[in-house]
Amino acid sequence: MEKVIEKWQDKIGEVVLGATKAPSTSLGAGNGGTRSRTIKIGGETGIYFIKGEDACPNPPVVAMEVWDMEPQAWPETLKAEFGAALNNPVEWAKMCVEKFSADLICLRLASLHPDAKNASGQDAGKTLENVLKAVSVPLIVLGSGSTEKDNEAMVHCAEAARGENCLFGIATQDNYKTLTAACLSGGHSIISEAPIDINIAKQLNILICDMQFPADKIVIHHATGALGYGLEYTYSIMERTRLAGLSGDKMLAMPLINLVGGEVWRTKEAKTGDEVAKDWGAAKDRGALLETATALAYINAGADILVMYHPRAVGETRKVISDLCGR
Amino acid sequence: MFIIGERINGMFKDVAEAIKKKDKSVIQELAKKQISCGASALDVNVGPSSDDPKEAMGWLVKTITEVTDIPLAIDTTKADVMETGLASCKSKPIINSVNANQDKMNTLFGLAKKYNASVIGLTIDKSGIPKDADGRLELAIKIVTSAMEHGISTSDLYIDAVILPVNVAQVHGKEVLRTIRESKMLADPAPKTILGLSNVSQGAPQQNKGLINRTFLAMAIGAGLDAAIMDVSDKELVDAAITAELLMEKQLYCDSFLDAYRKK
Repeated sequence: MEKVIEKWQDKIGEVVLGATKAPSTSLGAGNGGTRSRTIKIGGETGIYFIKGEDACPNPPVVAMEVWDMEPQAWPETLKAEFGAALNNPVEWAKMCVEKFSADLICLRLASLHPDAKNASGQDAGKTLENVLKAVSVPLIVLGSGSTEKDNEAMVHCAEAARGENCLFGIATQDNYKTLTAACLSGGHSIISEAPIDINIAKQLNILICDMQFPADKIVIHHATGALGYGLEYTYSIMERTRLAGLSGDKMLAMPLINLVGGEVWRTKEAKTGDEVAKDWGAAKDRGALLETATALAYINAGADILVMYHPRAVGETRKVISDLCGR
Repeated sequence: MFIIGERINGMFKDVAEAIKKKDKSVIQELAKKQISCGASALDVNVGPSSDDPKEAMGWLVKTITEVTDIPLAIDTTKADVMETGLASCKSKPIINSVNANQDKMNTLFGLAKKYNASVIGLTIDKSGIPKDADGRLELAIKIVTSAMEHGISTSDLYIDAVILPVNVAQVHGKEVLRTIRESKMLADPAPKTILGLSNVSQGAPQQNKGLINRTFLAMAIGAGLDAAIMDVSDKELVDAAITAELLMEKQLYCDSFLDAYRKK
């Protein structure tokens, strides 16, 4: 029987993250950075993981999240994995790279939030510089969720990391101009987010590109749902985005990112301890399993970057990726 | 929408003049302008007044391919002029056109095979243009069958149901729309459909031509039209095409849908 292989009109764009000292040979990997290597994502020519169709030239990568302050709401089972490093972003980042083999570090500048430490943009920039010095992998940089504080801080951060081609987040339809301009000036990539709305996702990418921002430096986030908390909505919108991109819609032909850890570890299933939930399985396994299951669903939906928390979930996910990609 | 720009045609004075004087710049500017307006291919027609149409076609095609490798639709009724045009093309050419006369089909589908060209098939035969959709579809079947016999994929075939000017042949409009809709059922893969759009407003007052063109184009896209030979420099016409395709769900909606289409 003839083997039927789906032919797509177009392919997903490739995005390069990080910048090395070496002179640039490919777009986005410009010199001026200090990373030991760059990471290329995207470039899919079809649906992931279909045997015999080499549709996935750059396997999905796993980033581990590092905060600039100790996360108050994390359960003890998760905190125990990192110990004292939770108070020191530099040590924490090193641990993720050296001990847990994270492909990238995702620095979350939680201390900026007025309800947290209300830290200044300069402080955030300083932390970013220190983390860049401590690890040589490419970085993702996220704000605190306070629009006003984040906008101010990201300008400092984009400048502090000039030339390093970090992936900055998060641009939304109501708030993309400051971040886009900061990324443009600092030579960074950007995360564009439209929560579960493919039409707005497309529109936002057009708006960002209208500011002369290159389309091959945009990564799409559709807002991540944890398993049991709307995962299927995100999953199906990611699939639609990927199919639209493969069918020739350039404004949706970008790689996809999922902030898995942050969503999973907010759920009661991940956080609740053994003393309250005796019948839910051991708390030390439960959260990591939930995070693994969520991450694996998203790599099947077409995720290119998974941002995760628990080292065990990171390890399991990386193993599955390598099995699926056969490398 | 696969838009074939109609402007490089010797019926236009500036083109006829340029052919006569061998003035490349006029032709090349027309090519570049149409592409910037959104043309996916360019029609090339030497016009009726050329003394040596073969030589003129060869020159036109070479002149255009100096500035672009966009596909060209070689527009002539003469087989030798057609072959000269096809032979000079750099990208997969389009034969414009064949009709349902058997001898014509034998010659032109033969050329299509030789030059790996797509073909526009007009639903016309010796007795002219049928008055209704059934007559047009009968001729379309003949064209589809002949294409298949010559080893041409039906996905490389464009059926042109031939629209006539609305001011003299009003009855044809809805018949053409039905032909477009039903042509899709003639083969698998379905043949594509095309219209020589500007004909619909031929002879109508200048101020109404644009309105007639874009209204009919939107209706035809609603019936499943894939391609049109048209005035691509008419921005409102192209806007109407993009919008009609959006409403037919050929493009994913976003607020800047016109901009998004043109960014492709």
